[in-house]
Amino acid sequence: MTVNNVRTRTERIVHFVVYIVLIGLSVLMLVPLAWMLSSALKPNYEVFQFPQQWIPHPMLWSNFPKALVFVPFGRFFVNTLIITFGTLIGTLVSNVFIAYAFARLEAPGKRIMFYVMLSTMMLPYAITMIPQYAIFSKLGWVNTYWPLIFPAFFGSPFFIFLLRQFFMGIPRDLEDAAAIDGAGVFRTVLQIIVPLSWPALVTVCIFSVQGSWNDFLAPLIYLNKMSLFTVQLGLTYFVGQYSGGWNLLMAASTVVLLPILVMFYFGQRLFVKGIIVGGLKG
Amino acid sequence: METGLDKHAQLHTEGRLRRSVPLRVQRRRLFYILVSPWVFGFLAFVLGPMVYSGYISFTRWNLLNPPQFIGLGNYSQMMQDPLFWQSLKVTTIYAVVSVPLTSAFALFLAILLNQRVRGVSIFRTIFYLPSVVSGVAVSMVFLWVFNPQFGIINSMLHDFGIKGPGWVESPHWALPTIIIMSLWGVGSPMLIFLAGLQGIPPDLMEAASLDGAGVWRKFVSVTIPLLTPTILFNVILSIINQFQVFTQAYVMTQGGPLDSTLFLVYYIFENAFQYLNMGYGAALAWVLFFIVFILTVIVFATSGKWVFYQGGD
Repeated sequence: MTVNNVRTRTERIVHFVVYIVLIGLSVLMLVPLAWMLSSALKPNYEVFQFPQQWIPHPMLWSNFPKALVFVPFGRFFVNTLIITFGTLIGTLVSNVFIAYAFARLEAPGKRIMFYVMLSTMMLPYAITMIPQYAIFSKLGWVNTYWPLIFPAFFGSPFFIFLLRQFFMGIPRDLEDAAAIDGAGVFRTVLQIIVPLSWPALVTVCIFSVQGSWNDFLAPLIYLNKMSLFTVQLGLTYFVGQYSGGWNLLMAASTVVLLPILVMFYFGQRLFVKGIIVGGLKG
Repeated sequence: METGLDKHAQLHTEGRLRRSVPLRVQRRRLFYILVSPWVFGFLAFVLGPMVYSGYISFTRWNLLNPPQFIGLGNYSQMMQDPLFWQSLKVTTIYAVVSVPLTSAFALFLAILLNQRVRGVSIFRTIFYLPSVVSGVAVSMVFLWVFNPQFGIINSMLHDFGIKGPGWVESPHWALPTIIIMSLWGVGSPMLIFLAGLQGIPPDLMEAASLDGAGVWRKFVSVTIPLLTPTILFNVILSIINQFQVFTQAYVMTQGGPLDSTLFLVYYIFENAFQYLNMGYGAALAWVLFFIVFILTVIVFATSGKWVFYQGGD
């Protein structure tokens, strides 16, 4: 009895300590984003102040429109959306069927293909970057979005792996029943596999959008005209053009980060589940 | 593998006879058809470019004129290039420090999140949030956070009476600053660790408690051994990622000050796309690939000694 009491007491202390540490670390994690937002709303003279204040006074919401018209951010957003959606479509169309094949069909050479595919996940982009550039520039694709979108239509090892793991957890009976009813593979995948795989598919979508949105090196290499810039390139361009305060730069950064944060907020429940299923049980 | 579909086909033999091709062969063909986009992508975007890159690394080439074969010229040039050695040093220090540091921090966060306390999903979201965002904007934000004159870090240090260092503007502090920054984005390994922790059977922990094991003993003797496959997975992913740092170097420091953040990928980019030394860039990329490959092989080769797999499957 006493032993039991002692245990619950230590447990309570442990819980308390865990709480304090969790809160402390959360604050640390949020400092950069909070600082970004705070700076984005500051007037010029408050940015260059030491020591710094957290709460801007007055709050200059007008920094946002000012930052956005200084360089054509609207154009950069549209460009990024084109690349993001193109890549997303390619990603979904290709990976779902490739992953289905690896999860459900049998053929000689499948194991070897699967291991080769997994090992390509470890390949640094730097190794294929130069020859790919040479090839795409021969095709006349420099200063187009093709080098950024086209490869997505041929599957990506990480997404194939993640979807395969998820598909393998779906009971086969449903597909067998569909097959008996005479459904072909496309109908089976679209009507049975896809509706049962929302967490995995949302995870793939979020990773894909995040990847396109945050990508910097590839757009930097392939896009040299300002009218083609993505938001990431636009932000570096902004820095080059604008020598004023950090407030407008932080306002622009906030706007660039916002869509991804919103997407994550709405998709996170399914997203976390998708990563956990995909990342584990390797 | 016997599937329901095959069984069904065997039951209806007439149906099978009507088709000239057996179902099993049909499904085999279907596999190759469905996988063909990946095969094409692998040949066109991975294997082909790798072979091509190997060839380029033996040439001098500025993209405009035809490549000129120079044998091992680029590799011997590399041996005498102090900037190459500098970039190798910087990248190695970064990886050697940040791989264990970020892995340990991710594990620590995952253990905290695995405690049964209220509001855990909110903390999980907050810890994961930074890894959703990356790229130029984050580098800009950190550049401002660590600004020596007006940044919030030095402002807060000032409140404690400490004069903060020059961070990315100082040759001594620039690399540590980028390492500190890498701790911010540990969300993915954290989630994978969390999944691993949740996969530990509770009865094992209870058995250990009944045997009188304390918190620390359970952690060392039960949690860590059962988590070793997850640790292996995370360490390998982390090695691959940390050797590829680029955006921070490009946006925050341009490799400086005094080449103190001249990461290998940044140096490759500079050579290939700013000086148009495609051959030298490709040779450098092969060195990067070789290092990552050797490290991965070493980690895998030693994994038999420290990774513990539960049962079969």
